[in-house]
Amino acid sequence: MQLYLSLNAFKDAHICVFICIYILIVSHECKPYGITLSTKIQPMLFAEEARRRSRNRRSKSQRKAKQVSEDEDEEEDEEEEEDEPPRRRGRRKTTKTDEDETPQRRGRGKRTKPQDSDEDDEGDKQRAARKGSKASKKKAAKETSDEESEEERVSRKKAGRAVSKKEKEEQNKEQKGNVKGKDGENKDKKKKKKMSSSSSSSSSSDSDEESLSEGEIAALKEQVEEKKKLIATLRNKPWRMKKRLSLLKEAQDFVEKFEGALGKGKGRRLYAFKVMMTKVLMGLPYGSIPRKTVPRDEEDTAMDFSVLFDFGVMIFALSLNTEFLTCSCGIARVTEITEERGYCKYSILFYGYYNNDRTIGVLQYRLPLSYLLTSVGVFGYSLLVVIRTMARNANEGGDGGDEGEFIFSWKMFTSWDYLIGNPETADNKYASITTSFKESIVDEQENQKDENIHLRRFLRVFANFLILCSLGGSGYLIYFVVKRSQEFAKMDPKTLTWFENNEVEFVMSLLGLVCPPLFETIAELEDYHPRIALKWQLGRIFALFLGNLYTFLFALFDEVTAKLETEKSIKNATEWALHQYYANYSSFYNTTDVPPPKVAPADVIRGPCWETGVGREFVKLIVSDVQVTYLTILVGDFARAFIVRFLNYCWCWDLEAGFPSYGEFDISGNVLGLVFNQGMIWMGAFYAPGLVGMNVLRLLTSMYYQSWAVMACNVPHERVFKASRSNNFYMGLLLLVLFLSLLPVVYSMMTLAPSFDCGPFSGQEKMYDVVIETIDQDLPAFIGNIFIYASNPGLIMPAILLMILAIYYLNTVSKAYQQANTDLKKKMQMAREDEKNRRNNKDSTNQVMKDLEDLMPDKSLAPPPAEEEKPPEVVIDKSVKPTKTKPGTAGKGVNVQKEVSLAAPNPRRPVTHAPGPRGGPPGNTRSPQPQPGKGRGQGAAPRR
Amino acid sequence: MGNKQTIFTDEQLDAYQVRRRLHSRYHELAPHLVPMDYTNEPDCKLPLALIVDMPELKENPFRNRIVESFSEDGMGNLSFNEFVDMFSVLSEMAPRELKAIYAFKIYDFNVDNYLCKEDLEKTLNRLTKEELTPEEVELVCEKTIEEADLDGDNKLSYADFENMISRAPDFLSTFHIRI
Repeated sequence: MQLYLSLNAFKDAHICVFICIYILIVSHECKPYGITLSTKIQPMLFAEEARRRSRNRRSKSQRKAKQVSEDEDEEEDEEEEEDEPPRRRGRRKTTKTDEDETPQRRGRGKRTKPQDSDEDDEGDKQRAARKGSKASKKKAAKETSDEESEEERVSRKKAGRAVSKKEKEEQNKEQKGNVKGKDGENKDKKKKKKMSSSSSSSSSSDSDEESLSEGEIAALKEQVEEKKKLIATLRNKPWRMKKRLSLLKEAQDFVEKFEGALGKGKGRRLYAFKVMMTKVLMGLPYGSIPRKTVPRDEEDTAMDFSVLFDFGVMIFALSLNTEFLTCSCGIARVTEITEERGYCKYSILFYGYYNNDRTIGVLQYRLPLSYLLTSVGVFGYSLLVVIRTMARNANEGGDGGDEGEFIFSWKMFTSWDYLIGNPETADNKYASITTSFKESIVDEQENQKDENIHLRRFLRVFANFLILCSLGGSGYLIYFVVKRSQEFAKMDPKTLTWFENNEVEFVMSLLGLVCPPLFETIAELEDYHPRIALKWQLGRIFALFLGNLYTFLFALFDEVTAKLETEKSIKNATEWALHQYYANYSSFYNTTDVPPPKVAPADVIRGPCWETGVGREFVKLIVSDVQVTYLTILVGDFARAFIVRFLNYCWCWDLEAGFPSYGEFDISGNVLGLVFNQGMIWMGAFYAPGLVGMNVLRLLTSMYYQSWAVMACNVPHERVFKASRSNNFYMGLLLLVLFLSLLPVVYSMMTLAPSFDCGPFSGQEKMYDVVIETIDQDLPAFIGNIFIYASNPGLIMPAILLMILAIYYLNTVSKAYQQANTDLKKKMQMAREDEKNRRNNKDSTNQVMKDLEDLMPDKSLAPPPAEEEKPPEVVIDKSVKPTKTKPGTAGKGVNVQKEVSLAAPNPRRPVTHAPGPRGGPPGNTRSPQPQPGKGRGQGAAPRR
Repeated sequence: MGNKQTIFTDEQLDAYQVRRRLHSRYHELAPHLVPMDYTNEPDCKLPLALIVDMPELKENPFRNRIVESFSEDGMGNLSFNEFVDMFSVLSEMAPRELKAIYAFKIYDFNVDNYLCKEDLEKTLNRLTKEELTPEEVELVCEKTIEEADLDGDNKLSYADFENMISRAPDFLSTFHIRI
């Protein structure tokens, strides 16, 4: 037995460590320092675990001879421990009750030995025991040092030291608890005393490592039991109320803290959830790899649980506190936080989290391939959706083409819906009718005023000049600031002031705040219709934002190239180290079968992983964008409305009607905000897949928030107009942004080398190599051939040509249709005017016309007689024509001239109807009665 | 009323159900005036004020004009037959021309068979609850006449009105009442 125990020394030491750690986690879950402690420990768990496993494997074989059946049992238990600590503890607990009854049955500890020593003794002994364990661990370490690299050993020692320190802390705490518990206990029944002593004896069983860990659990459990009993019997105790209360509180706290760890009570589920969350978030789902753990030197600042749950929210809340005091200071804080955000950097949010295993899971899910295809597919789908929406809008726009005739009349006579029977609906309808009338009036007024076209033109040119100047100025400012920041980046960040650190962000948000109102002011010079003015405004702000965005991107690319450089050196170093390791190993063991080096994931040297860096930049941007938007609404709209509303009672002038007034709802700003937000998501989603989810949350919250703000704090635009009519303009902007955000992403996909040790494409030359690899390896050969042929320039060139031709053809066709459309419209217009004319004529408003019409047979009213009278004129022609052999055009011309000269009195007949029934003559040619009198009067008519 | 949709044309008014339902509505308006038994066509008329209170008309800005244009005496007193007439014209099945005639009558406030400027002003003010300034009203009326007036007499005759309303896309869908 002794031998077995000593063999298992390391294992038990580690188990002990685990227990302590878990207890620590639970005991400190509420305390801020405890949170960081727990995170510190977490990565170490993996290191310990890995080592323990390897040792178990070795010791098992040695152990086999002296194996006792129970040991097997024990071993399994320990194996399970890491996976399901709570459950195991629960099981222990149940068995423990048996042990209490028949303590020696399992023969593990010397629990029956009654020891009346105090708790202090126990502590000392524990410490001694642990020292022993440490010593033996060191010995073991020496044994196995061959297979461990120097660095790893150092780290492990460090870890071991840290752990032992923690153990001590923990012990102290336990002691304290025990002592406190004892105060009450000593005055209590003997039975309890006995129990505590038994627990102490079990835990202090010297030189027995196995029972130490067991004993600790037991001790803990019994302490919890004690406390519970204390709580239950506190009422009966003859103490002062003050003491009772304090004791009760202590006891409750203690029970709450430790019960969960022991797998019992209501704390258990929470505890299990926490452990699971840590594991999941730390990257256990498909293997623990370095990328998913926080590196050692960042562990101090790494994370707390809360950050995971409220990524933005916490930061927001945090910054809100400061930002209320000094807005700019808050922004600084935010950037700091996002910069230092240790944990999230390695979480599922970012590119770096994903593995480069070709397939994962039972279903052989190809993660890298699907990562690439998803990113590309998102772009394709977005393009499709935008284009489709635009096309649909274009159709709707075409329908409204013939509205031009009766805008006001239709509004006047058909806008009221006679079905309305509900007062509220009626009120809404009144309001909407009023709005639509006002809109039409504004349109009409725009049409009417063009008094001084030259002045207006001059003003417009002038305004555009001004705006171009300010755009150029802002562009230069950003350029200047970025240059400066690059200089600052080379300097030591500690010597820089806050402003110098955040200059770029500061200037960019300042420009975003100042420029739009400036543009609006300048745009008043132009005096456009609000809808058109809105478009101009949008276009200008768009240009401004675009400049900002692209400057930002260029700065980012600089950073990426720098990172690629450092990555190269790190890669070389790593490869060299690996090579060294393999050479040493193989020379030492004389084998070619070299296992991979065992390095704790947290200690692995890693490259900078530029993709994650870029993703972080985008997340930063989005988070700060959300904050700026929300704050602007809160301050600019809500606070303003609040002040205007309530200070109005005691103010010198009318605040509501006068200067500050309520804020107008800023359509252009909000639309552009959405568009740009979408652009960022498109760009950032490749590097930070979690960004999409964040954005969904953001959009959902901002929808409700903004709608509240609009309803509560804003007034409608002074000049009424339907912004929805310019839908396609917004979609066009979106399309442009989509295209512009597609460029950098595709560029980086196609040209930049992915990081060598991070992300799904690590190990590839280029990201799209994944596709090629899949085609080569997983698809049948002929498909590969097809792809090879398809990518042949000889095929691609004709395809492009064909597409260009198709575009040209379709363009021509659509133009032809457009032409036809306008022609038809013109004809309709003509017909209408015709009708108008005819009515006028009938009403005989025009005396001359009436006289003229009197001269001829009343055609417009009675067409049939006209047909009857036609034959003669044709006959005239005939009568004249027979002199000539053929009714040629020349002869006709002569005749006409003759006729016209003869029929001088009626040269300009009103063109009120179609040229007349041409069909008549052929049938009537045979009737040869010349009627010159009438014929002369009408001679010209049919020929026109 | 009920949930069954009423469909009847001018000619098919004797559809028993519809008539009976209308009669019950008519009777409800003034139980003391209208007898339940209508077999021998008693001569009784309901005043405008009572009819205008019907929920179907209550929110309509032109309710008085509707009732007036359907009453024979022009004062808004409706006999049962006129009452039936009104809902038949406003039903879904009535032809466009018929509706146009009555719409013209409704909008012709001063009953001179032309829609002149003051008629339009009244219409507009009722539609917008007098939210527009006088200048705006003036502008709208001028534009309306300019658009629809074909014969240039600065007022809309029925022919003008008919020409305009026959092309309006929503006229049929808005100018009807379900009962």
